[in-house]
Amino acid sequence: MSERVAVRKTYKLFIGGKFPRSESGRSYLVQDSNVSLASRKDARDAVVAARAAVKGWAGATAYNRGQILYRVAEMLEGRREQFVALGVPADEVDAAIDRWVWYAGWSDKLAQVYGGANPVAGPYFNLSAPEPTGVVAVVAPEQPALLGLVSVVAPAIVTGNTVVVAASPAQPLAAVTLAEVLATSDLPGGVVNLLTGRISETVPTLASHMDVNAIDLTGVVDAELAADLEVKAAENLKRVLRPAPADHDWFADPGVTRMTTLLETKTVWHPKGV
Amino acid sequence: MFEYAPAPESRSVVDIKPSYGLFIDGQFVDPTDGGSFKSINPASEEVLAEVAEGGAQDVDRAVKAARAAYEKVWGPMPGRDRAKYLFRIARIIQERSRELAVLESLDNGKPIKESRDVDLPLVAAHFFYYAGWADKLEHAGFGANPRPLGVAAQVIPWNFPLLMLAWKIAPALAAGNTVVLKPAETTPLTALLFAEICQQAELPAGVVNIVTGAGETGRALVEHPGVDKVAFTGSTEVGRAIARSVAGTRKKLTLELGGKAANIVFDDAPIDQAVEGIVNGIFFNQGHVCCAGSRLLIQENVADRVLESLKRRMAQLRVGDPLDKNTDIGAINSAAQLARIRELSDAGSAEGADRWSPPCELPDRGFWFAPTIFTGVTQAHRIAREEIFGPVLSVLTFRTPAEAVEKANNTPYGLSAGIWTDKGSRILWMADRLRAGVVWANTFNKFDPTSPFGGYKESGYGREGGRHGLEGYLNV
Repeated sequence: MSERVAVRKTYKLFIGGKFPRSESGRSYLVQDSNVSLASRKDARDAVVAARAAVKGWAGATAYNRGQILYRVAEMLEGRREQFVALGVPADEVDAAIDRWVWYAGWSDKLAQVYGGANPVAGPYFNLSAPEPTGVVAVVAPEQPALLGLVSVVAPAIVTGNTVVVAASPAQPLAAVTLAEVLATSDLPGGVVNLLTGRISETVPTLASHMDVNAIDLTGVVDAELAADLEVKAAENLKRVLRPAPADHDWFADPGVTRMTTLLETKTVWHPKGV
Repeated sequence: MFEYAPAPESRSVVDIKPSYGLFIDGQFVDPTDGGSFKSINPASEEVLAEVAEGGAQDVDRAVKAARAAYEKVWGPMPGRDRAKYLFRIARIIQERSRELAVLESLDNGKPIKESRDVDLPLVAAHFFYYAGWADKLEHAGFGANPRPLGVAAQVIPWNFPLLMLAWKIAPALAAGNTVVLKPAETTPLTALLFAEICQQAELPAGVVNIVTGAGETGRALVEHPGVDKVAFTGSTEVGRAIARSVAGTRKKLTLELGGKAANIVFDDAPIDQAVEGIVNGIFFNQGHVCCAGSRLLIQENVADRVLESLKRRMAQLRVGDPLDKNTDIGAINSAAQLARIRELSDAGSAEGADRWSPPCELPDRGFWFAPTIFTGVTQAHRIAREEIFGPVLSVLTFRTPAEAVEKANNTPYGLSAGIWTDKGSRILWMADRLRAGVVWANTFNKFDPTSPFGGYKESGYGREGGRHGLEGYLNV
């Protein structure tokens, strides 16, 4: 009996809930696998998919979003060994799973912690509540490959934003495998869209895209590129999360800033009377 | 219209000096590399005072003074003591509110009934509100030990000069920062009187610095490498430039920019109340309001009734002397702003909208613009897309709530919106869908220090007011 020939995986982009190849037909080699080399057009297609998903995802109940994020944790737990086989340390996979659980619980609490009634000096009902800003472009950090990616995607989507995330060019395998987890977690198509390839190719398109509301530059290491992307983002006044410091501890309590930077506060007034 | 005898507020409560220096490190000083400019009364074009124009070196001096005060005095000071200084300032503002209101109306052109009854009470309330936060920051929901940022560079507009100063300075100081503030070049005088109030309150030197000047002074301040925070209220165009200029730095930025708010009237709204809200929405402060309800969306089946009633009401508006207590609409703030309003209004006519103003006698001197509405406006018209920042209302119609939402959100701005209807569930349905930071339902243009204010999309980011307003001044 000869040894069984393994079925290899094709690593593709994740756009609108589907796994297309790059429209450019290009790929690049990582750990002996061909990975799609996304183009500017792929980036624009991903924004279209993310925008289309905003209404349904932002309109879903917080309870529903929380359950779906928890479902992601369940699916990730089941695929634990797959990530370890790709070279992700086991404790990092565990932390990534736990991070989904942590953010899942935030979905129906953030509005209570971050919004509320304002005691205005007059006969008015006045309530402030956070709302998602819309489509968020994200540059995932290179390390830790899985925990870093989860730590930038989960806080953006838990509140109802949709995301186009540029995976770290050096770490696309864990990223595409995470996309497969997301695709089987009841997350609506288009809520998370994943691009693999060069940051310098896709992210400037996202930074200057007029239908993107915010950009998270966490994974941008080159300070000059980060500044240039921030300048591009100013064109339609995107909300900006600046690059994380090199010594950022991804295992520590993440706090709420990643969520709140990608939120808008809406305040509603109404007179009281009979 | 009833005839009233003039009822002017007395100017004698204000002592305007012939010239003012920069307020740096607790003292009024002459500029080292700047010049001077004149601040005029827009209602008469009379020169009120000559004001120093800060140059780059003056900005540098002010930032250094703010830094020293931050490190040596204000940063280490216990919150409860910072609070007491802010309470002191709030009290002095209340005590001197008549003087400040008259000066505001003189320098800005706004009616005294607004500066007296809206601006000044809100200014005092804002300092009073944030004073109370200074020793409670660890309870504000930003973690156990929220830290100030350092030196805040603040640039404010001319439409609510002292109120915008309060929105900037009160939260900054409460959070433990020191500030360098640049008032607008057409309305510097109340900020300079505020500097005197800081002296009167014995606020430590350098905690508040006021550097007067125009765009170049503001640019030098915003781009100064020694500032940790930039806060700007003004046009979206300048806001964009500031966002670019802080790119790649660690400066924290909050922006409160332009708007083109929809004020939406449904067929079940109480029409008389809605008309009052429409008038307040667009003619308050001559329409020099970033959150003005400058696009009126009326449900088609009541459009004629609403417009008839609106025109009747507009004919009662009194335009004229800002110091007259009967005046509803004062002077346009500057010749440049008047030219901009005229240019956009002419574009409205040229693009085919129908223009209407009530018969209205305007004074010979000064800058004036009669309250104006345009009907037959389409979404493509410039007057429906661009911020006019004047007493000019563009009227559109809609049939269904979904169409109202679609039209209201069809703008790059997202600062505010208004809804007029008797149906509660419809208000909440609409409020959920309007992409705007403030939604006024069956009211308009209401402000309160406890209530967060700020925009979606190209109206900027960050919130001013309330607990939310602290965030922009804390290291969180």
